[in-house]
Amino acid sequence: MTPSRKERQGRLASRAVQATFLIVLIVLWYLATTRWRVSPLLLPNPVTVLHNFWDILRTGEFIGDLRVTLTELAAAFAIAATSGVTVGYLISRSQYRIRVFEPLFAGIYSIPIILFLPLYVLFFGLGPASKIALGATISFFPIALNTIAGFGYVDKTFVVAARSMGASDYQLFRHVLMPAALPIILSGMRIGFTVALLSIIGSETIASLAGLGHRIVHLAEGMEIARMFAYIVFVVFIAMILNTCVSVLEARGKRF
Amino acid sequence: MTAGTVAIRIRGVSHQFGEEGDARHVRALRDTSLDITRGELLCLIGPSGCGKSTLLNVVGGLMAPTTGTVEVFDQKVAGPMPRDIAFVFQENALFPWNTVFENVNLGMVFQGVPRAEREARAHRSLEAVGLKDFAQHYPGQLSGGMRQRAALARALSLETGILLMDEPFGALDEQTRMILGEDLSVLLSRTDKTIVFVTHSLGEATFLADRVAVFSARPGTIKQIIHVDEPHPRKPDFVTSPKFTAIRNELYGLLHDEIRKTIADTGVAAAGPAR
Repeated sequence: MTPSRKERQGRLASRAVQATFLIVLIVLWYLATTRWRVSPLLLPNPVTVLHNFWDILRTGEFIGDLRVTLTELAAAFAIAATSGVTVGYLISRSQYRIRVFEPLFAGIYSIPIILFLPLYVLFFGLGPASKIALGATISFFPIALNTIAGFGYVDKTFVVAARSMGASDYQLFRHVLMPAALPIILSGMRIGFTVALLSIIGSETIASLAGLGHRIVHLAEGMEIARMFAYIVFVVFIAMILNTCVSVLEARGKRF
Repeated sequence: MTAGTVAIRIRGVSHQFGEEGDARHVRALRDTSLDITRGELLCLIGPSGCGKSTLLNVVGGLMAPTTGTVEVFDQKVAGPMPRDIAFVFQENALFPWNTVFENVNLGMVFQGVPRAEREARAHRSLEAVGLKDFAQHYPGQLSGGMRQRAALARALSLETGILLMDEPFGALDEQTRMILGEDLSVLLSRTDKTIVFVTHSLGEATFLADRVAVFSARPGTIKQIIHVDEPHPRKPDFVTSPKFTAIRNELYGLLHDEIRKTIADTGVAAAGPAR
């Protein structure tokens, strides 16, 4: 569907408001560091941050940490997606299992699993393994829960109609259950991806040897505040790019 | 097989949901027997919950009866029979993630039609229901009436001897269902399909059926069978003929007491006013 002119104008207007909001924030930031003399140890000048940001990009010093964080994220998400969809599907095949496991998973999902980070570090060490394990654990629950919802609540009419036309078990899965569940599973994967990213960068700031979160805390401890801010801006951009990619993939899988 | 032979033989079919003594125990259908002749259109009509949809599902092999047997073309029904029986459901039975064409095609994939035949059959059946220009639309882009035409096209493409229709126009407005009824009558006069059609509408039953089986209140069984002696395709002016009115009134008389009983039993106006 192509949006009408009115819709396009409305969208443009809200974009303009969003941009203005960000610009105002940056101007306030600039004024705070120049006019209102906030200490550069607390809030560095945005222009200095920008210089640092270009420097990070130009020298490519971010590559090592970025690689560590992205590898952790990819491994954690791969584990969570595979196990979440498999476990979710197996649970969804029986009403009894749905009754048992759905509230259980929802309950576990609602507690802040990051509290168990010390345990993960004890088990898996300070390196990437503990980040992968934690990220996979946290990301598993939304994916499994949405898979249960996707497969467990397919409209019965679809199943009966397919069976009446002679669909085999495989055909039922391939042509009815899968397409019915896919949009909901994709939403779960998007949520799972976001929480994996958050928990991995978060746990890197708490206990780690490398990664973007580690770098940010390291700079803070070394009082290189402007550079730390530059890295935060960098992480924000990376997160924005990743989330946009995931949303685009999700929208592609959902078209009908 | 020649015309006049039995396509569907229903013998002593009863059905109950749940076990006796269970809170959700319902006796839906009791000791129903009926022969449905090849090529005829039989309407099942009765108060809500009288078991007419249950009977349809039992005939189609979607539900095993508690007692009794059903034979279709002299074969005992023990499960879905996709080569002999196609269904049209009330609504929402088209897959929303597939286009109209893909929906029709997929039914034939399930049924096991060779790839080479599928496309031609899909086009033929879409043409027959007047949807050939909408083959690439998704169900969500169509009106309720067009969606039911598409569901009918899917059932026709399966080229089964029997078509079971469970209130196919039940969710549509009166005008749309009148037009669809007329089109259905034209369409079916060209085939020799045996059709069982569940409806709430007295007018629809009178207009479409060769015979109307009137059900009693729950647990339902066939109370009486009314013949509608009028050749297909039926013209719109059949509706205004004295014959139509007489049959419709007769049906109304038969149903009225049963609907009253249903309402008295359940305490709710489960069945709307008879049309």
